[in-house]
This record gives sequence, structure tokens and C-alpha cells, in this order.
Amino acid sequence: MFQNVGEMAVLLWRTLQALPRSIRQRQKIFDQLFEIGNASLLMACILSLFIGGVIALQTGPVLTESGLGSAIGGLVGLSICKELAPVMMAVLISGRIGSAMAAEIGSMRVYQEIDALRTMNINPIDYLVLPRLVAITIALPMLVIFAILVGWLGGGLVAHYNERVGLSFQAFFINLRLVVELGDVLNGLFKSAVFAVVIGTVSCHQGLVTIGGPRGIGRSVTKAVVNSIVLILILDYFLTRFLLYFEE
Amino acid sequence: MSDPAPVQHSVRVEVRGLRKSYAGQAVLKGIDFTVERGEIFVIMGPSGSGKSVLLKHIIGLEEPDDGDIFIEGESIHSSGVADKYRLAMVFQSGALLNSLSVLDNVGLYLSEHRLKKPEDIRRVATEKLEFLGLKGVRDRNPSELSGGMKKRVAIARALVIDPHLILYDEPTRELDPLMTVTIGEEILNLKKRTQVTSLVVTHDRDLAFGVADRIAMMFEGQLAAVGTPEEIRRHSNPMIQRFLHIDFKNTDPKENL
Repeated sequence: MFQNVGEMAVLLWRTLQALPRSIRQRQKIFDQLFEIGNASLLMACILSLFIGGVIALQTGPVLTESGLGSAIGGLVGLSICKELAPVMMAVLISGRIGSAMAAEIGSMRVYQEIDALRTMNINPIDYLVLPRLVAITIALPMLVIFAILVGWLGGGLVAHYNERVGLSFQAFFINLRLVVELGDVLNGLFKSAVFAVVIGTVSCHQGLVTIGGPRGIGRSVTKAVVNSIVLILILDYFLTRFLLYFEE
Repeated sequence: MSDPAPVQHSVRVEVRGLRKSYAGQAVLKGIDFTVERGEIFVIMGPSGSGKSVLLKHIIGLEEPDDGDIFIEGESIHSSGVADKYRLAMVFQSGALLNSLSVLDNVGLYLSEHRLKKPEDIRRVATEKLEFLGLKGVRDRNPSELSGGMKKRVAIARALVIDPHLILYDEPTRELDPLMTVTIGEEILNLKKRTQVTSLVVTHDRDLAFGVADRIAMMFEGQLAAVGTPEEIRRHSNPMIQRFLHIDFKNTDPKENL
């Protein structure tokens, strides 16, 4: 495990060193961005709509009975933008995009395509890892912006139409605006950017170390998704703790 | 700064005392041989004898435990040598990038290193494909090609580099006898037209004796003999004789009734 962490750190460091060359890989970055957005935007919106809705559903009746119904907007707003949107989107993207990255690079490794690149003096980090890592680090925070907005909408809809809550849209969003600050949204976006780097690094690393045939590729995909999700959830705690210092 | 590459399109390759082990198991046990400029040198031996591993060392995909490889007298591990001499490899499977079209695969080296304008890359790649008798496949995906076509596209991709040395890893594996002859003819044609040094690894006896200037016989990580095809044919080593002459015999008892 420690060897894996070390290898991933080296891969990330080499990719960061290659960053100045990303302009040469811009077409591949655009292709990857399209791939990520195209594969995930609709799913991200559906997921967020229901997450926002379920928070309103869980908390709304209790808060309304306690006379705190108007606080639902702030509660849904904060929990979505600081926690649920970044984490849930990261989990979604590690399943949809991280797995695809590990599978594609893994199959290129197994079928000697990466060896072929190296014999042509083409650095696999520049050609394969850099575009994917840059694209996911741009795309995930953008998806999180959509997820936040749609999540708020979902919360507002449930708060309005659920008979046990019955809060108007206006009251929901007035409270949300009072409680949620720009810093809270940026907090969530920062987290998502870190999660994106984790997903990209873990998935590309698993692809590059794939051995064996199709079973090896399957193993790499599973490891990429599971390791990404575990790392995201652990990192989420420490990032939250770290970001709290800036709020004090 | 290293000197500019020599004008000739071929290089002399020397392998000296090459050793490699994986997990304590020796795969290369001290390999020594020299390939002269413009020569077609074939390394022949049974599967698992370490031929492909040897090739990976020469192209720089693997690091030896001991020994060295010299191109024109310079170690490939010295700085600048890898840039000074252009080496190309045709992989067993072709190793074409499935995410790219045939044309983009062939032009990949030029486009990634920005050596020519896009329209020139397309022209050069098309020329190389036509040189290998491949017309009308440039926009196809590699997965749509037959095994023989993939191998020829892989050779075209290697030619675009304008190499001093081409390494072929089992170029006729999984091919029918007709395509084997075609690939063998391509290897000979390339030598005639470009004078490139070629190193072919194979277990195909017909291909080896058809194209080789010299043959090295490899068994269990060691070279058992090096010589011209005629010398190898007449070699007294029983392992070589068995490898060269073994034929399938139908031992069905009904045949003997």
C-alpha cells in the first residue's frame, strides 16, 4: 500500500512538472473535458436534485414542527455546497470517469501501446496522464457548481411541495442567501478540485501498473474506483478540518 | 552536445554480457552478439527463451542487471545517444493505438514531436502506407484491420521515424503462410530501399531462413550459435537440429494398421 502511495506521489509530481507542456496537449484536454461533461452532467444533475430533495425531506418536517421551518434553506444550502455536492460528485466521477481512465490506460499498457509510445520517445505522462488530470481538475469543480445549483433547487422543490413542510420558494432562497456565503461555495469547489486530483492520479496510476490480460484490467478498474472513494472520504475529513481554520 | 547523427541509414549494434533476472529467475544469461550495418540479423528460438526481453533491452524499454548495448560504439545508456540514433520497433501485436485512426497512428511520431505541419504529416503517412501496399485504410480504426494489415501499419509507423535500426518482435506470429511471405518480403524490401539495420526475433523457421543475413539461435536465455543461415543449418548442436527439423507426426494407431 505504501509503495502505491509513493508511486502515486511520484506520478503526481511528474505530471505537475509536465504542466507547462499542457498547452501542447490542449486538444486532448478538450477531448477529455467533453468526455467527462458528456458522460456525467445529466447524471450529476439528477443525483443532486434528489440529494437536495432528501435533505429537505429529512430535516423539513422536524424543523417546521419546532418552528424553525424557515432555516431549511440555509441548512440545505450549506450542506449541499460544502459537503454533499463535492463528495457525491467525486464519488460519481470516480465511478464513471476514474474507471474509464484506469480501463483505457490499463488496456493500453496490456496491449503494449504504452511501450510503443515510449519507443517513439513520447512520454506517456505527457500524452496520457497530463490531459486527463488537467481535464478532470477543471471538470469536477464545474460539475459541482451545477450540482450545487440543482441540489438547492431540489431542496426548494421538496420544501415547497411537501405538505409537512410547505415553505415557499421565496422563503427557502431568502434564508439560503442569508446563511450561505461565497466562501462556502468556494470551500466546496476547493475540495472538489483536490478530489479531482486524487481521482485522476489514482486512476491513471492503476492504469499504468496494470499487468496481465483482461482480468488485470478489471482488477485495476476496481482498485481505481475503491481506492479513489476511500481516499476521498478520508481526505474529506482532513480538508474540512483544514478549511475550518479559515472560517474562524 | 552530442554530434549530429551519421548520414547513413544503418547502425552497428553490439550487445555485451547482457543479463536480466525477474524475481530471481534468470531470463538473459549473458548475451553477446554484434549486428553489422545494414544487416538483417534474426534471433530464433522457442517461445519463452528470452528473445522478446532481449529486444526490449535493445530499444530501452528494460534496464539490464548487467552488461550493456552499444550503438556505433556508444552505450545506449549514455546521455544523448537515444536522441542521436533513431530506433523503431514493430511489436508482436502491432501495438497500434486503438483510439487513433490508422493515418494518425502512422503520423503519431511526427505530430507529437511537431516535426512537420499537419498536411505534411498526412502526406508522409499516406506515402508510407502506400509504400507497404495499404491503400484505402487510412481513415479506418486499427480494430477494423486484419492481423497482417495491422503488422504492415506498424511497419509504416516505424518507417515514419526514418530509423537507423528496426526491431521486429515476432512479425509473423498469428499470420497465415501467405501473409508471412508478404511480411518477409517487406523486411527484405526495406533493407534494399533504405539500408536500415534490422533485428528480427522469431520462432518462424521459414521467415528466419528467408530473410536473414545471419541467424542467432537462442535457448533458455543464452545464444547457442551465431552464423549464416547455411552455417546454422549444418550446426552440430542437437538442440538446434531438433528445433530446425522437428515435424508433426500423426501417431494415430489406426494409420499403422
